[in-house]
Amino acid sequence: MMNAPERIIKMYAPREAIHPRETQGHYTRLRWLCVWLTQIAFYATPWLQWNGRQALLFDLAARKFYIFGLVLWPQDFIYLAVLLIICAYSLFLVTAVAGRVWCGFACPQTVYTEIFLWLERRWEGPRSARLRLDKQGFTFDKAWRRGGKHLSWALVGLWTGFTFVGYFTPIRVLSGLQFGPWETFWVLFYGFATYGNAGWLREQVCRYMCPYARFQSSMFDRETLIVTYDGKRGEPRVPLGKEGGACIDCSMCVQVCPAGIDIRKGLQYECISCAVCIDACDGVMDKIGRPRGLIHYAAGNGKQATWRRVLRPRILVYSAVLWLIIAAFGAALWLRTPLKLDVLRDRGAMGREVEDGAIENVYRLQIMNTTEQPHRYRITVAGLESLAPVTEDVVAVGPTETLAAPLRLRVAAGNGQRGSNRITVALTALDDPALHVQEEAVFIIPRR
Amino acid sequence: MSDFTSEFWNLYIVVLTVLGVIGCAVLLYSQSMHKIKAGKDNPIGTTGHVWDEDLTELNTPMPRWWMWLFYITIVFGLAYLFLYPGLGTYAGKLGWKSSGQYQAELDQATKNYGPLFDGYLKQDIAAVAADPQAHAMGERLFLTYCSQCHGSDARGSKGFPNLADKDWLYGGAPEVIKATILHGRNGVMPPMGAALGSDKDVENVAHYVASLSGGSADPIKAVFGKGKFAACMACHTAAGTGNQALGAPNLADKVWLHGGGLESIKETISRGRNSTMPAFADFLGEGKVHVLAAYVWSLSNAPAVKPTQANHAAVAVTHDERPGTNH
Repeated sequence: MMNAPERIIKMYAPREAIHPRETQGHYTRLRWLCVWLTQIAFYATPWLQWNGRQALLFDLAARKFYIFGLVLWPQDFIYLAVLLIICAYSLFLVTAVAGRVWCGFACPQTVYTEIFLWLERRWEGPRSARLRLDKQGFTFDKAWRRGGKHLSWALVGLWTGFTFVGYFTPIRVLSGLQFGPWETFWVLFYGFATYGNAGWLREQVCRYMCPYARFQSSMFDRETLIVTYDGKRGEPRVPLGKEGGACIDCSMCVQVCPAGIDIRKGLQYECISCAVCIDACDGVMDKIGRPRGLIHYAAGNGKQATWRRVLRPRILVYSAVLWLIIAAFGAALWLRTPLKLDVLRDRGAMGREVEDGAIENVYRLQIMNTTEQPHRYRITVAGLESLAPVTEDVVAVGPTETLAAPLRLRVAAGNGQRGSNRITVALTALDDPALHVQEEAVFIIPRR
Repeated sequence: MSDFTSEFWNLYIVVLTVLGVIGCAVLLYSQSMHKIKAGKDNPIGTTGHVWDEDLTELNTPMPRWWMWLFYITIVFGLAYLFLYPGLGTYAGKLGWKSSGQYQAELDQATKNYGPLFDGYLKQDIAAVAADPQAHAMGERLFLTYCSQCHGSDARGSKGFPNLADKDWLYGGAPEVIKATILHGRNGVMPPMGAALGSDKDVENVAHYVASLSGGSADPIKAVFGKGKFAACMACHTAAGTGNQALGAPNLADKVWLHGGGLESIKETISRGRNSTMPAFADFLGEGKVHVLAAYVWSLSNAPAVKPTQANHAAVAVTHDERPGTNH
């Protein structure tokens, strides 16, 4: 087995820095497009206003999530669960079609690493200069380049932390530098996390920490498109001018790889499917006048991608299920009644006999107006002959307010059965009959 | 109970925890110093494990900073066990306690909401009752602390007085209501069966009492009962109209705390009644009681604000600022 020259190594190894070379080409442009789209959305969204408040605000302290016209309460947590299911299912679908494209193009870890790499290039120069700088001893030149890099990283990190916290505490309050102790902590925490993850950890996050990176490979099948080196065409590797395969072993694909792997060894768990090696190889092939596509997106079985292969039954079923969930989610949100009601019967007294033998039960209505407008609601009751509220049957509830309103119901003597009777309590907004909820309750008539 | 007092379990936890931490440290150290051979065709080597004769496990080295994280975790664990309670019954150097944290949060809440209640405390109760925000606060306080006995609508039930009518056991003046909530009340009706004589006497008195408010009573029995009623006059007065200074109920109206039927009245006379309104002074503090008293008073004194308007105005008091809720 292993008998060649041996050396002693340890089970924990220091990380070797990866300095990816800059690329140009189709997939590089696509990656930058993803950077711009995701980052404009991320940094700009908290500044949008809606109805005189922040359009997207997750107010954890008040337990209310504002999403444009929508206000979600803790009772609406099911929507978050469905949203996560949709995200997970989209990941499954995209991964089945084209492997880890999420990792390579849209994952925050990738996107911030790209931004930080760009800053690194501005301060320390291209790959060769950075490799040289690493080996260099401490000089003034190295100090200001490194210092400048870390300063710019830290600023981007802080801005990111600030923006992230701005989703939970109104960003216009934060921008007045009104930081509470917890806001300060979280801004620094997320700022540091961005700086550490995108500046220092980079591909190690994908390798050692990320669970999705590992379980995505279980979604692959033989038709899944992955970044592939065409070995048949490429091998044997020979320098330019000699007879052999198309690969001239220029190692450009290795130099550009942010994961530090050699794609020519085949599919590896480190590969994030970012496709910059395709751009690098295509560039080289263009220069030496050979056809592009030595490294390309191809199915795992080596076959060229066609629409027929992409639209295989598995993908169609995944898509159908995904659209079904999205449609159900949209319908549920659209048909949601922004009014909630709980009916709590007073437990202290069973039923109270009042004048002329009439029976009264007392309830407490927990009314949650989840709209941002004040509403007046009419209370109606049904289920028993002569059942009617004695207390005020119209209640006013302010915007996004919870109101506990006592409700006293009366039944004239001789109606209903002794013991418990099922009744319903309903609320209807005076200004909008569609704002209507109904709850079941029990009316108790004393046995003697 | 011996589970908690025996020294054995303390030692058991301490030994297990300390051995666990030491075990982790030893394992980590041995693994970080462990050396393996790597061959030329296998630059990363194997862990040395071999299964089924030739199945080996490749060594995929973890980054070294990861190892340092493990060491930091151990140091953190030791520091935590030194500073905080965790090691058996050892209380920790910082003396942290959950009850202490609770008290600190309570003090903070008092500091936050205290001024609000102090402001109301400076106004008289009738003025507080007219304040829509105070009314909404009072209602929430009532629903939290009072509704268990008096009902969400404050109309009481058998044995628990109706607070929404004009009939008061101890008086309905604002200051009296406040005193009732602050210091509580103890309503004692002694068993009068023996003092009155026979069961027949009790029945006669019951008929007389029922007749005072025009209830269905046997006029003959009531006449006999009237003579015996002398025993009741000390508290309920000669006319049976009661005495608010003593908390003795008015027997000449239609309001009955323990039931107005003849059977209930007989039971009250022969066995007595004992009702307790607990004192809230220490529990709630005077500020909250003041706001509560205003709310209760407003229930029977044509409040200057209608409840629906009060609800509306209470919008300014958001969910988390509710002074009366227990978090």
